[in-house]
Amino acid sequence: MTTPALKLDNIAKIFGGLRAIDGVSFEVAPRQIFGLIGPNGAGKTTAFNCISGVYKPEQGTISFFGQSIAGRPPSEIAALGIARTFQNIRLFGDMTVLENVMVAGHATIGFGPIAAMFRLRKQAEEQERLAARAHELLRIFELDALAGEFSKSLPYGSQRKLEIARALMLNPKLLLLDEPAAGMNSREADSLKNQIRWLRDTFDLTIVLVEHNMQVVMNVCEQVHCVDHGQTIASGEPLHVQNHPAVRTAYLGADVDESTLRQS
Amino acid sequence: MVWTYRTAVSIALIAVLFVINWALDAYVIDYIVRIIMQCGINAILAVGLNLINGTTGQFSLGHAGFMAVGAYATAFAVIHFESWLGFSANNIPAPWMQGLLLSAGLLVGALFAGLAGLLVGAPSLRLRGDYLAIVTLGFAEIIRLLFTNTEALGGATGYSGGRPLGLPNYTNFFWVFLWAILLITLIGNFTFSSYGRALRAIREDEIATEALGMNTTRLKVLASVISAAAVGVAGGLYAHLNNVIRPDDFKMDRSVAMIVMILVGGLGSVSGAIIGAIFVGVTLEAMRDIQQYRLLAYSLLLIGLMIARPQGLLGTRELRLPAFLRRKRGGAA
Repeated sequence: MTTPALKLDNIAKIFGGLRAIDGVSFEVAPRQIFGLIGPNGAGKTTAFNCISGVYKPEQGTISFFGQSIAGRPPSEIAALGIARTFQNIRLFGDMTVLENVMVAGHATIGFGPIAAMFRLRKQAEEQERLAARAHELLRIFELDALAGEFSKSLPYGSQRKLEIARALMLNPKLLLLDEPAAGMNSREADSLKNQIRWLRDTFDLTIVLVEHNMQVVMNVCEQVHCVDHGQTIASGEPLHVQNHPAVRTAYLGADVDESTLRQS
Repeated sequence: MVWTYRTAVSIALIAVLFVINWALDAYVIDYIVRIIMQCGINAILAVGLNLINGTTGQFSLGHAGFMAVGAYATAFAVIHFESWLGFSANNIPAPWMQGLLLSAGLLVGALFAGLAGLLVGAPSLRLRGDYLAIVTLGFAEIIRLLFTNTEALGGATGYSGGRPLGLPNYTNFFWVFLWAILLITLIGNFTFSSYGRALRAIREDEIATEALGMNTTRLKVLASVISAAAVGVAGGLYAHLNNVIRPDDFKMDRSVAMIVMILVGGLGSVSGAIIGAIFVGVTLEAMRDIQQYRLLAYSLLLIGLMIARPQGLLGTRELRLPAFLRRKRGGAA
């Protein structure tokens, strides 16, 4: 049994009287594509925020390749190798596409503020290293031609790609994608499926995604975990979760006898 | 190679400043020279403040406090260095020695102002927006009241080093512009390095910056320290341009004047800050006769600016040298 890439054990996050997530546990194997699904307000993004350190869970443990990370600050968690994207894209709008990617490498630079002020050789070398790596990522995502543009001027689809490119600048082992198909038409969503698999294979990643687009989830995920009202209602292979009665109820409402409908 | 180039530029610069200094002394009336020096000091203030307010997007309203710390620390240090070295009214140091004494004092001023930037920044930079502005304003008032109530530094009547003629006027064109060019270069380099990029990312989206592995609190405090230290040097130069420094020289209107400089030039632009600094230096002087309306005039100016050109003259852009004067400086630009 290998160590899971990510393991949540009995996590709870409480906002005032609301238990946004309440005792959720799951494991993600290395190099797995794992889907976290559930209706609106089920606690999926809250779970993401607990993993990436934006929130500190009230209860439970989170471990990343066996290392406990619950309650650590986001910057430390990112440095360990967990990168994420955001549901409502958070790019640095007034910075160029290239800068958006380069800045994600700042935590790895090997020079101090004094070297920066005096432009010592070290900082020029590091600058070149970051720029080269950023250009490489932009080429992979076919954004290199736009390197000098402000990121806010990019079309929506390119912004999503740029956000992923920026996350990969951290050389993560685990990538958290928060609704990557949001706002995409069916054709774009279709190609996204292949892109996610390709990302995993190219960058040797473990990927956890929160997604509403069932077609994407059922197609691309190897394991699916469904939450509702902060609690796990089903877990397992996509097909198993899809046909699980509790999941159908959560998404479509309780089964109604057709005869009762006709009467009313 | 890089260092030979830098040494050459520095020597040329010193020579040019020296010649201008001599020419100003010989041919230009003191009043004009004083305005020019004031503009140089303003440029340091503006570029220093711009690092935290413009580049990092953390709105401080209290930089007059750091200027005060720099002014008092510099003046106190210069007076004490002089007495240790045995200088007095009858034994005035030579001009070059005056500059060195002043520069040593400015280093002390930068150190103390930077320390104040750390003490104020570490707790308050966790706040955002209006809250940060109010807290920094409060800190500046606390600093001013501390000086008002410290008898060893002259209290409310001000510090003149315990001398009948007041603080020695060691600030001259040469030293103002040598320090201004040094500090603007250092802060400019910092702004265009990976650090500056990280600070701009904080301005754009702090949560995303944090999620990309950067410790945003530490970066903000670092920016605050550098900013305060630079403003402290400007305070020290200001102190030795005058015979006495009073706590009331560092009231809120001075913080406002600094903010006007960077708003006029364009928040986040180093060259814009310099333009704004010169603008404020000249208009302040032009309004000397109607001094009591100064804050009113600034308010009108700011309202007009917000309507006509909210991003300031340059926005976040930079003025650049024409291509033939530019030189690849130690790597990718």
